[in-house]
Order: sequence, then structure tokens, then C-alpha cells
Amino acid sequence: MSGLSVILRREIRLALRHSTDSFMVVGFFVIAVVLFPFGVGPESNMLARIGPGVIWVAALLAAMLSMERLFQTDYEDGSLELLVLSPVPMELTVCAKVFVHWLTTGVPLILTAPLLALMMNVPFEAWPVMLASLALGTPVLSLIGAIGAALALGARRGGVLLSLLVLPLLIPVLIFAVGAIDAHLMGGGAKANLLLLGGVLLGALALAPWASAAALRQAVAS
Amino acid sequence: MNILHRFANPTRFQRLSKKIEPWVLVLMLLTMGSGLYFALFSSPVDYQQGHTVRIMYIHVPAAWMALFCYTAMAIAAAISLIWKHGLADIAVKATAPIGAAFTFLALVTGSLWGKPMWGTWWVWDARLTSVLVLFFLYLGYMALRDAFDDPARGAKSSAILVLVGFVNVPIIKFSVDWWNTLHQPASVIRMDGPTIHVDMLMPLLLMAFAFKFYYLWVMLVRIRQELMAQRIRALKHRQAIE
Repeated sequence: MSGLSVILRREIRLALRHSTDSFMVVGFFVIAVVLFPFGVGPESNMLARIGPGVIWVAALLAAMLSMERLFQTDYEDGSLELLVLSPVPMELTVCAKVFVHWLTTGVPLILTAPLLALMMNVPFEAWPVMLASLALGTPVLSLIGAIGAALALGARRGGVLLSLLVLPLLIPVLIFAVGAIDAHLMGGGAKANLLLLGGVLLGALALAPWASAAALRQAVAS
Repeated sequence: MNILHRFANPTRFQRLSKKIEPWVLVLMLLTMGSGLYFALFSSPVDYQQGHTVRIMYIHVPAAWMALFCYTAMAIAAAISLIWKHGLADIAVKATAPIGAAFTFLALVTGSLWGKPMWGTWWVWDARLTSVLVLFFLYLGYMALRDAFDDPARGAKSSAILVLVGFVNVPIIKFSVDWWNTLHQPASVIRMDGPTIHVDMLMPLLLMAFAFKFYYLWVMLVRIRQELMAQRIRALKHRQAIE
């Protein structure tokens, strides 16, 4: 287990030293949401109606923006080869990297969301459900994004390709998350959608590390 | 395993495929011709849908093929990853554009049918959305496959993507049962037998077989063409070295 904690500590230290990455993700998130009042008009009822969906889509895109770098630097400087060769199973290494990625992008996104909800006039009673859906959903973005990042490693135009591969797979997350918020606002109760979202999270947690590790191994092998 | 590796030999495969190909073509033309005749002229008009029901004879087989092609790709991708089977990998590559075309056909015909029947070209229900995701998966596969300078890398990476995307196939199949969708539930492949009248079932099945044979035929042609392209690449490579 000590090998894993070394990797975890290395990832956290790297993330702290590149803290501008997190700020850029949050900056993109804020700007993308702020564009909408200009795009659809500042009418507060309409903003309240589309607010949760806009916040979720922007969070999804912001998380994608940071995904490309998840394995890229390790791949370029060769440390990925050492990680593959190390006694720590690659699946666990992927889990550690995904966890740190979530800490440095998912958590800042969750913390910024209330501010944006305020600006978008989202009713207060929807806030707990929105935050719960973000808490359950953002780890899935990191997990599934990791598969895409590992697959597109070393590809031409990797960033665009990554979005093309991963965004379709993330549509269920968006559906259940926004469904939960809408159902709560309509008075239907958010429980069913949140449970489905939790199910997606557990499924991704069980399967994504294996797929990413397989992709990383063959990226290093060739 | 022997049978799997027997046809990994390109020459043996090509000899066999040349023998099969004319038969597949004839079967395809027969089923397609009779299927289209029954579908367009000699099948009853639906009491609710009128003549628009005839769109179904293209739409439903195309949608089946969309799932069938992806499943075939996933199986071939698994075989190529596990046993490093060269032909399986070529089969994945050969199937992708065919599957994408069938998915596109299913989406377009569904949309054409939806306008007179549902009053809208498109609704965001679970079946339509998941099929759209399937279409994106096909496109993503083709993009990823071509994105690497090293073809072997692209082949492996995209094979993993195909396996990851396979989660979508059961979601498409059962989307009409799990959610309340505008799209009608299955009426042919169900536990208690088909609920569709035999006069409509026959052209539907004929068209389904026609599409299957079409797929088989195009795939054989594409695999042989890919094998030839590989051989040309190898020859050019050798020439460049000498």
C-alpha cells in the first residue's frame, strides 16, 4: 500500500504546483455560464428554468478541458512507463490520478456552482439537489474522462478527439443530474434520479480504472 | 481456438471469401428484391398509419443492423485484443462505416416516419437519444482509429473504445422498457412471440435478412481490400528499404 500512497502524494504535490490549472477550469466554468444571460436574454424566469442545465453543461465542458493533461505530461516525460512497471497495479494508479483530478477540478466546480446558481436565479430549494447531483456526477466525469484521456494519448489533435470520444458517454450523467433537479422543482422528488446517478458512479468506479489501465499499458507498449 | 486461427491466415481467408461472396450477393439480391416488393406493394396498409407503415420495413431492419454491427465489432475487438488476431482487427475496421451508415439510416427513416405520426421530426426520448449516442460512438471509433501515426496503436486504442462503448447496446435495447418513451416497445423479438401480423412480419424479416447479407457482402469486399492495401504497404516498405 505504501507505493500507492507515494503515488497519491506525488499527484497531489504536482497538482498543487500546477494550481493554475484548477483556476483555469473554474474560470472557464464561470465564463461559459455567464455567456448564457447574454445569449438568451437576462429574463430571470427563463434563467431560473435553464440555470441548472446550463451549469451542468458548463461543468461537463470545463472538466473535459482539463482531462487532456491527466496522463499527457507523464506520457511525455516517460514517468508513465515507470508507473506501468511499478509494483502498484496500474488500476490503482489510475484511481489515484482520477481521485486527485477530481479534487483539483470536480471539487472547485462544486464550490463555484452556488455562486453561479445565484447569478442564474436558480431557486434556493433546488440548491441541495444541485450540489448532490454535482457531488455524485463530477467523479463520473473524471472516471470516464480518464478512459478517453488514456485512449487519445499521443493522438493527433488529442484534445478535440477526447471530447468526441467522451462527451457521448457522459450524456446519461447529464440526463440524470438535470432530471433530479427538475424533478425536485416540479415536486416529484429527486430520489430516483439521484439513485440512478449513484448507480452510474458505482458502475464507472468499477469499470473505468480497468479500461484506462488497459489503454495506458498499450500506449506505453507501442 | 483452432478454428479461430485457421482463418487468421490471409490467403486462406481470401480463398474462402472469394468462394462465398457470389452466393452472398445472390442471396442479398433475392431477399432484397422480394423484401422490397412485399414491403412496398404486397403488404397490407396499417389501419392507423396508412402507407407510412412501409417506412418501418427499412427503419426496423436498419436499427437492428445498427446494434448488430456494433455487437459484431465488440466481439471482433475482444478477439483482436485477447488473441492478437489480425483479421478480427480488420473486421472491426471494416464494420464501423457500415454500422455507422445503418445507424444513420435508422435515424433518418425514423425521423421521416416521426413527422407524420408523432408530429415532430425528433424527440429527446431514451431510444432516440441512445441511438444517437451509438452513432457518435461509431464516429468516435473511426476518428480514434485514424488519429495515430502508428496504425497498430490506433487499432488497439480504438478496440478498447469499442468495448467501453458496448455498455450502450443493452441500454438501447431495453430503453423502451425502462423508460416511458414515445418510441413503441419491441413487437417482434419478445418472450411471448411477435405481436405483429404475419403479412407484415414476412417483408420485415426478408428485409432484415437482405440487410444482413448486404453487410456480409460489403464486409467481405472491404476485408479483402484492406488485406490488399496492407500487402501493397508492405511491398512499398520493402522497396523503400532496398
